[in-house]
Amino acid sequence: MARQEAIYAYVFLAPWLVGLFGLVIGPMIASLVLSFHSYNIVAPPTFVGLDNFRRAFFEDPRFWPSLGVTFTYAAVVVPCGVGGALLVALLLNQGLRATNLYRTFFFLPHLTPVVASVYIWAWLLNRQFGFVNEVLWRIARIEGPGWLTSKEWALPALMMMALWGIIGGNMMMIFLAGLQGVPKELYEVASIDGANPWSRFWNITLPMISPTLFFNAVLAVIGALQTFTSAYVATQGGPAYATWFYALHIYTTAFNYTEYGYASALAWIFFVVLVSFTFLQFRASTRWVYYAGEVKG
Amino acid sequence: MSALATVTRRTVRDPLAIARYLIARALLHALAIGFGVLLMVPFAWAAISSLKPVEEIRLLPPTFWPSRFAWSNYPDVWNSTMFAGWVQNTVVITVIAALGTVVSAACAGYAFARFRFPGRTVLFALTLSTMMLPQEVTLIPQYLLYYLLGWLNTYLPLTVPFWLGGGAFFIFLFRQFFMTVPQDLDEAAKIDGASYFQILGQIMLPLSLPVLATAGIISFINHWNSFIFPLIILNDPEKFTVSIGLRYFAVSPSSDAKPTDHLLLAGSIMMTIPIILLFFFGQRYFVRGVVMSGIKG
Repeated sequence: MARQEAIYAYVFLAPWLVGLFGLVIGPMIASLVLSFHSYNIVAPPTFVGLDNFRRAFFEDPRFWPSLGVTFTYAAVVVPCGVGGALLVALLLNQGLRATNLYRTFFFLPHLTPVVASVYIWAWLLNRQFGFVNEVLWRIARIEGPGWLTSKEWALPALMMMALWGIIGGNMMMIFLAGLQGVPKELYEVASIDGANPWSRFWNITLPMISPTLFFNAVLAVIGALQTFTSAYVATQGGPAYATWFYALHIYTTAFNYTEYGYASALAWIFFVVLVSFTFLQFRASTRWVYYAGEVKG
Repeated sequence: MSALATVTRRTVRDPLAIARYLIARALLHALAIGFGVLLMVPFAWAAISSLKPVEEIRLLPPTFWPSRFAWSNYPDVWNSTMFAGWVQNTVVITVIAALGTVVSAACAGYAFARFRFPGRTVLFALTLSTMMLPQEVTLIPQYLLYYLLGWLNTYLPLTVPFWLGGGAFFIFLFRQFFMTVPQDLDEAAKIDGASYFQILGQIMLPLSLPVLATAGIISFINHWNSFIFPLIILNDPEKFTVSIGLRYFAVSPSSDAKPTDHLLLAGSIMMTIPIILLFFFGQRYFVRGVVMSGIKG
């Protein structure tokens, strides 16, 4: 009976096992192996040892700058995105009458396909015909920059575009669910004790939703570091490499220059960076994340 | 107790307190409306611009309101470009891939939720850990695999893999839901001689319509918006999906040197509308899925 159960379990799991090993774990190993080779599809791969890694760290002029661009972007988008989403969730948690309507409207930018949102924003920020520069000119007589075509403003423009979709998006929904899970009694007790709204937020809300905050922060970091589509469509990494994100660097190396071995090395470096970053976040989380009901050892 | 009651009664009757309460509420509403309007500006500018006649789209200074609404821009995009074909391709790919995701993830989720078999804990942990995996690491070997199989420039890589489990998130979603279905139901069916397939098809799935809707909607949106994968797989413009087609349209020079910004915006809006409609009709299910993802397993 137990044997039959196990057989059936594997029957139901069969497609996923093929997917898991054939499309996830297998390719991961393959890209690790490729990262020690030079390979361009046409000729068979040749073993080059650690050459690809040496090249990335010491020779590739775009390696460090692309990491710089990616981390600068994440350093702005993650705190602003997580903080903004929390603020919006707090606003929607006030029991306002039209909350559902507000929530739907706040969510629309997140639903917009990235490609579509790039073209919508590119037009909004167009140097001559865009809404933003026209308003800047009419109100303050400021001549707005070319935004996506300007070396200084392209990255901030991509940040704005991303925040537009993030602040009212999934994170806000998750925060809202977290806020609704905070027991009402805690607030009542605190009110009787004379706690003002600020201290109620600081001493009750924030600790109670800290697991949600942590979850959102981890996912936001992973998402921001992987930014590709918006940069590829809006600026192609330009102008003058100002938006040359790391994921774009991997993509170009692999699919424009067909250096699959070197690109795999770049991908694995990125993977290690992401995993260590997530690990650090988990380590740091024990200091500030509070799990209600958790037994402290 | 009585002291508390009097305090409450006094605050309710105090006109000053009522006024303060109303002002605070009005401010919160103003904040919500203001934020909503700010988020809608890019949409509004894109929508207005997409309805401008061609001679007005690049007028200096830009007009905020078109002299006449050129509704024909929309059919123009649909008929005079490959847009209709791209939409058709995307619908076919999206439906097949989303269906595969739902079916195969339900099977895997059923196995994890209901069966005891050797290796279950390890496999489930492995499955969950792939959720954190950046796709850059598997992208290159997957591409090479499809190259070896001769699948490049076909729809196979965009559909077949999603019949192989559909990914960790959806498996987790189904597993969590199936765990809440009372086990007595399948025990009873088993005694009546039902096979595992019958239990899944006739008991579990009919009870799981909400989670089917959740998984269906989320995976539909994912596939509709998918960019990097179709970008590396498809070469012929006739085979493109909307997301890469839109970009193709944007970067191809127009045949008669006339501006095409209004057409690009109309295309962007047309690409967004199905997603927004799906969200409006399935909002409840969609939000449930998003919130589920925020619950720690």
